[in-house]
Amino acid sequence: MIDFINYYLIPGVTLGSIYALGAVGISMIFGILRFAHFAHGDLMTVGAYAALTTVWVTGLPALATIPVAIAVTCIVALLMDKWFYKPLRALPTIYTVIASFGVAMLLRSSIQLIWGTDSQVYFTGFQKPMIFFDTLRIASRHIQFIVFTVLIAFALHYFLNKTRTGKSMRAVADDPELASICGLKTETVIRATWIIGAALTAIAGIFVGLDTDVHTNLGWNLLLPMFAAALLGGIGKPMGAMVGGLIIGIAEEICTYPIFGESLIEPSYKSAVAFVLMVIILIFRPQGLFKGRLL
Amino acid sequence: MEMSGLFFYLVSFLTMAGIYAVICIALNIQWGFGGLFNAGIAGFYAIGAYTAAILTSANSTRHVGGFDLPIIVGLIGAGLVAGLLGWVVAKICIRLKADYLAMASIGIAEIVRLAIINESWLTNGSIGISRIPRPLEDIFTGRSAEVVFLIFIWLMVLLTYLIAERLRFSPWGRVMRAIRDNEDSAASIGKDVQYFRTQSFIIGAIFMGIAGALSAHFFKYFSPDATEPLLVTFLVWVMLIAGGSGNNKGALAGALIIWALWSMTELLTQQLPPEWASRSSYLRMLLIGLFLQLVLQKFRTGLFPEKALNRD
Amino acid sequence: MTQDTKILDVQNLIAGYGKTRILEQVNIEAHLNKVAVIVGPNGAGKSTLLKAVFRLNQCFSGDIIYNQQSIINHETDSLVSLGIACVPQTQNIFPSLSVMENLEIGTYAANNPNVAQTLEHVLGLFPDLAAKLNQPAGELSGGQRQMVAIGRALMSKPKLLLLDEPTAGLSPAYLEVIFDLILQIRDTGVSVLMVEQNAKQALRIADTDYVLVNGENAFSGSGKELLANDEVRRSFLGGGAPQ
Repeated sequence: MIDFINYYLIPGVTLGSIYALGAVGISMIFGILRFAHFAHGDLMTVGAYAALTTVWVTGLPALATIPVAIAVTCIVALLMDKWFYKPLRALPTIYTVIASFGVAMLLRSSIQLIWGTDSQVYFTGFQKPMIFFDTLRIASRHIQFIVFTVLIAFALHYFLNKTRTGKSMRAVADDPELASICGLKTETVIRATWIIGAALTAIAGIFVGLDTDVHTNLGWNLLLPMFAAALLGGIGKPMGAMVGGLIIGIAEEICTYPIFGESLIEPSYKSAVAFVLMVIILIFRPQGLFKGRLL
Repeated sequence: MEMSGLFFYLVSFLTMAGIYAVICIALNIQWGFGGLFNAGIAGFYAIGAYTAAILTSANSTRHVGGFDLPIIVGLIGAGLVAGLLGWVVAKICIRLKADYLAMASIGIAEIVRLAIINESWLTNGSIGISRIPRPLEDIFTGRSAEVVFLIFIWLMVLLTYLIAERLRFSPWGRVMRAIRDNEDSAASIGKDVQYFRTQSFIIGAIFMGIAGALSAHFFKYFSPDATEPLLVTFLVWVMLIAGGSGNNKGALAGALIIWALWSMTELLTQQLPPEWASRSSYLRMLLIGLFLQLVLQKFRTGLFPEKALNRD
Repeated sequence: MTQDTKILDVQNLIAGYGKTRILEQVNIEAHLNKVAVIVGPNGAGKSTLLKAVFRLNQCFSGDIIYNQQSIINHETDSLVSLGIACVPQTQNIFPSLSVMENLEIGTYAANNPNVAQTLEHVLGLFPDLAAKLNQPAGELSGGQRQMVAIGRALMSKPKLLLLDEPTAGLSPAYLEVIFDLILQIRDTGVSVLMVEQNAKQALRIADTDYVLVNGENAFSGSGKELLANDEVRRSFLGGGAPQ
């Protein structure tokens, strides 16, 4: 049992935290701008590399570079919206999906040009896990990830329900036409959406980099589970996306747990779990667990 | 480059362009006719390539088969398996907004990739399948063999093109356009929108699978590296949009022109100083990414806009 | 009537969707503190007219004057701050937002110095809502949703209120309630321009009335005049003698 917690549940929650942070942006962008943002994973990679350079230059620990990574990622997100998505706003959103596909490519190849394709790490050395009650082993970075994610979840909940911008965002996600009839400025809401989505995905990028290493496909590889998480939570439901991320992360780890001596699936197929869950959602409950919009 | 080098380069260039033309026309059937967003082209391409490879390659102890069957059987098999995969994807999300189809098709491509790498009993894992035959290769050798294969490929392009044109001007094509342009009104005149869309997705998938088979025969060897999702999926999208979606001539022209541009950027980046040359492929990706944005914003209708043709 | 009492003046408007023209040279006026009603058969372009004012479709020519200012090129989201509020026929609430949040959204773009007072006023008009403030608006009944929608519009303290078939899909019991409310709203100093399907009842509360047929003005006059007009009665009110 304790092995299950140490080697499956805790890594699952950690992975889930990362998915959760990435999926918030995907869910909000889908809800408010009405398109599936295929460059979101690569935006995450931007955050991870921005932190990497900051670590190199300042020597700070990676988590301390979060503000820089957020700033860089937000600027990149706002610029790509301005240059590549906004000009297509009046067209059917599928054109923006295609554009985002291209932006994913642009971001990744820019990163490859600037930083090269070798894997990098924020620090070298081995972190000894912390041991609780003699048997419960948790790496201290995993504790940090989980605590950070919980704090962000609370802050996000407060923002969405108590602030004017947050409520305006939810209103636009519900019904963009009515929102503009009510006088809400869609472009302001869109800017806020990019800033929050980019900030959270940048943090997730640093977490991934800390947990394994920083490489140029870091974010793209996580795109599918993040989409699955956003769909599971319900489109336009950021808190739902966080729960969805957690579920997908835990499910991916648990599926490899040897329940009856044999694991449910081969570990090498772990990333298929998210896809299977996504398919199940699409078939049986396309509006997600938390009654998101079905677009 | 000496003459024979140039000749081989040109033949191989045109052969690849032909394979891309098949995929591009296939994508046009899905996107141009039906408005269906397929972001997992690489998956259908790969599954077709592996099906043909297993069916036609010489017997091997390292994986299932090869069954040494005629190439035509391989092509049909590739089309069938890819079409079946297309049917599954379509079944799941054809009723939803295009974005969902995009996500699911990326997922399917990912699963196919994982399966190819992991199921070595079937695919020989990352080593890949070798000894894949080409048509008539025991009759022609050397330079003429390359030309024969080029002709074979372009006959396939012609076949694909004719079928796609036939579809486009058939009643089926008209219904598809009606659905794409106004789903509600098409539904209101009693057309089963999902049924037609599923068909268009499957037909497209079949030809993507066949294109995969063709490239397996061209390379004579197929490994997971050849299904680099970005290159296949992304380039084909750029080709179709630049050429003019909805229009098979546009799809064909787009494939040729973009493949030419893509190959030229390779020649150009080879001239870069060595420290840059290693990164040249990323520079090419960057350029093609920017090119797509330019096309989307300024030349959305493509080289051959659909409209002009629709009036006849 | 004099120029001064005109709050909205739609002049020779040609409008429609995409390239399709639905309204042909339509003229409509709404006057200060009056209820103007647009009736007409289905497909006459009644809703198209309201949407044109809010720039939710295409205007090809003509002009829309609000308070002596042309608003035909104003963005949709800039009209609330000018004092115009609109309640669309369907999808007129934010279903996942609570009733209170729906009402709050109404104040965001408006110049409303005293939100608390307006809220009290709105809840006075719709006492049913007071108990449901924290409930998601999507869970309410059709009539209550309509109240949330009208309440949300009133929260912006509009000078002009546009209502698109406020009684559509409501039970006859609600019909009277809503019409009564509209008169109450008018009496607090809000001009109302309303599209209505229930012509007979609507004409009774109308100060001015327009009949649109096939996207064109067919009749106009006061509600009473039109009720007394034989041709209007025959064509749109199901015949019968004036009541």
